[in-house]
Amino acid sequence: MSERAAKVPPAEEEQDDDPITDSAAPDAVAETDDAETTTDPVTSGAEAVVRALENAGVEYAFGVQGGAIMPVYDALYDSDIYHVTMAHEQGAAHAADAYGIVSGEPGVCLATSGPGATNLVTGIADADMDSDPMLALTGQVPTEFVGNDAFQETDTTGVTTPVTKDNTFASDSDRVGSDVSEAFALAREGRPGPTLVDLPKDVTNGETDREPDAPTVPDTYQVQERAESDLVAAAAERIENASRPVMLLGGGVIKGEATDACREFAIEHEIPVITTMPGIGAFPEDHELSLEMAGMHGTGYANMAITHCDTLLGIGTRFDDRLTGGIETFAPDAEVIHVDIDPAEISKNIYADYPLVGDAETVVEQLAAAVDESPEATKWRAQCQQWQSDYSMAYDAPEDKPVQPEFVVEALDEATGDRAIVTTGVGQHQMWACQYWTYTEPRTWVSSHGLGAMGYGLPSAIGARLAADDDQEVVCIDGDGSFLMTLQGLSVAVREDLDITVAVLNNEYIGMVRQWQDAFFDGRHSASDYGWMPEFDKLAEAFGAEGFRIDDYDDVADTIDAAIAYDGPSVIDVHIDPDANVYPMVPSGGDNGQFALAEEQL
Amino acid sequence: MKRGLEGPPPEERPTPAGRRNKQGIRIDPEVEATHEPRRTVISALVEHEPGVLSDVSGLFSRRQFNIESLTVGPTEDEDRARITIVVEEPDPGIDQVEKQLRKLVPVIAVRELEPDAMRRELALVKVAAADPAAVSAVADMYDATAVDSSPETATFEITGSRQKIEAAVETFSQFGIREISRTGTTALARGTDRTAAPETTAQPADEATHNETYQTADDD
Ligand SMILES: Cc1ncc(C[n+]2csc(CCOP(=O)(O)OP(=O)(O)O)c2C)c(N)n1
Ligand SMILES: [Mg+2]
Repeated sequence: MSERAAKVPPAEEEQDDDPITDSAAPDAVAETDDAETTTDPVTSGAEAVVRALENAGVEYAFGVQGGAIMPVYDALYDSDIYHVTMAHEQGAAHAADAYGIVSGEPGVCLATSGPGATNLVTGIADADMDSDPMLALTGQVPTEFVGNDAFQETDTTGVTTPVTKDNTFASDSDRVGSDVSEAFALAREGRPGPTLVDLPKDVTNGETDREPDAPTVPDTYQVQERAESDLVAAAAERIENASRPVMLLGGGVIKGEATDACREFAIEHEIPVITTMPGIGAFPEDHELSLEMAGMHGTGYANMAITHCDTLLGIGTRFDDRLTGGIETFAPDAEVIHVDIDPAEISKNIYADYPLVGDAETVVEQLAAAVDESPEATKWRAQCQQWQSDYSMAYDAPEDKPVQPEFVVEALDEATGDRAIVTTGVGQHQMWACQYWTYTEPRTWVSSHGLGAMGYGLPSAIGARLAADDDQEVVCIDGDGSFLMTLQGLSVAVREDLDITVAVLNNEYIGMVRQWQDAFFDGRHSASDYGWMPEFDKLAEAFGAEGFRIDDYDDVADTIDAAIAYDGPSVIDVHIDPDANVYPMVPSGGDNGQFALAEEQL
Repeated sequence: MKRGLEGPPPEERPTPAGRRNKQGIRIDPEVEATHEPRRTVISALVEHEPGVLSDVSGLFSRRQFNIESLTVGPTEDEDRARITIVVEEPDPGIDQVEKQLRKLVPVIAVRELEPDAMRRELALVKVAAADPAAVSAVADMYDATAVDSSPETATFEITGSRQKIEAAVETFSQFGIREISRTGTTALARGTDRTAAPETTAQPADEATHNETYQTADDD
């Protein structure tokens, strides 16, 4: 390996000869001697790009090759970064996104210009909606062709501006490494999100010896870590005086590593806890203070509590409409304490009486220090418990009907460890996965919340698998429709020998749409009844994965055990009751407290 | 068809007394209080680099913010440009405009200007010059400068507040207006008040890294 330091490639030979007398030399020589003896200096823009990733600690990248990105791939060839060649760029983006969710570090995806870049867009938009840290690198036609409708030219920064936290068109081989460093830092810092660097081929092919700067955010990007102390004091007083308090934990709690602080705060002050969908895992659902998830398909008890509380401590949540239902009827008696790192989320949808801008963990610790007395809420807690029994999630599983999906989700949970990771597609199966799996740990729930992108399940399981510890199982609870959208990813899972289990809750329906048609469109099943599905177990076998099939209750436990035990990718085609519906349900824009427990209540 | 879950039906459940308005603010359920839109000037200091203007205009259309005009131009610092936006939004909307602008990475500082801020707009008004004497009388009334004339047309430059330009256009219209081009409002704060400047003061160690505190826009 080279003895040369990365930071000072030129002029070092002379310095080595005479380190003391050369006035510019001492620092450089020190570096030459001890640091980074294993890396060669960069020689091209593409090498600078890869060096930026290496410096940032990137271990995995997900992508698909192509003309305009080839220089970067060529540089990657010599790198220790492990590249997973995906079957589709959408899968690359979802895998990187899930990698980011599970590891907390930005997941990296690559694609070529034009169709490669546009195929990434769904995954980028998903990461943007869910504030997932992700870095996308896209090839671009050479700068001199840009604007000429060249082969595979798409205005990638233009297309992705609305769905990225920030994006950059790299314009200089000397700068391109630093552009990537900065994009990596921006993806991670403050409120995370996807960033993109568009890489024209001449810029990556161009010569440079410029090492990338360290990954830091630009000066214009400032993050407020601590909330104003007088606002914290006022909020603390409000909590002390609350008689019907709840905590609402959003995805920001998990991203901000505030899970422990929130748990301690809730338990110390005996405050019932609700999560949003991205907040699942922020609080153990088997704890007596847990009311689980609120919103459209949240539990009845969470929706009752959120509707009737007098103090709502919302942390790291953007009060999305699937959570709030109609704004007019959302927590209408509650004074809202809103903790968020993004000032623009404060009072965007729900007015914050106590706006606490800052990092979730820091602010919760500030609150913990400021709250001296716990609220007197014994009656309220009893009320919440009453609601838990009034609106139990217990479901019917008649023997004469096909297997109920809730039962399958519970069986999967049973068969796996506490830290098992669940990924999903989008639809009814996703909601059953929320409702009937008992989550106890952060970063174990991986789903497409804000965008609701069918097809997320399998590629995200691939990304999650590579980010997870070896003793964490990865289970993808998918829908038949969702699985069809990205199942080419099985080829990746088999090639990479990834230990994941896909359970397809197969109702041969676009089930969620069918449920809405029954409720709101007189049961007219327009384009929702597939009527036929491939045999997913056999399809899995064709890919080289292990296929299983479940038709009866008797098969459930053993088949699941066998699939989980299989060391490699397995697919269980679970034929569930096609008539099964998801309840409770708050219709779009409805009143959370008026959730329906059955179709006739909608 | 699948039945659903057990539990008291919606009509048997207690309902809370309160209500929120469309902007998510708790209100007295008896009176329907919504914030009325108002017109104001937002000034943003930005990095002078390609794409910033499209980032900003894209943000406005994407988030359905109502804007009346948007202007951009260089500043005393060649690395920075100033964008002046006239928006018409209720207070919570104005607040969102400022916060969303601040989130754009090339944006350095954002501020809503005081009502007394200096606001100017320039218009070029091309009128039919059938009656040159009458036309130039109107031009004098509005301090308009003639910039071009032809046998058929006369073109004037008018600078001033939006109201003044509107009044001038209205008066010129008696001659028959051929074409108009307006720049939109640009603005600066008065006196030593800085229009939108990067924060220079150091923050107290235990306080926020920038002093943005939440306030409703009418606190300005
Ligand atoms: C990419 C994409 N296209 C369309 C939709 C609209 N949509 C929402 S749920 C759903 C049905 C999903 O079917 P399936 O994956 O079988 O799930 P199920 O509801 O049957 O469990 C559809 C089409 C979507 N969310 N994402
Ligand atoms: Mg289905």
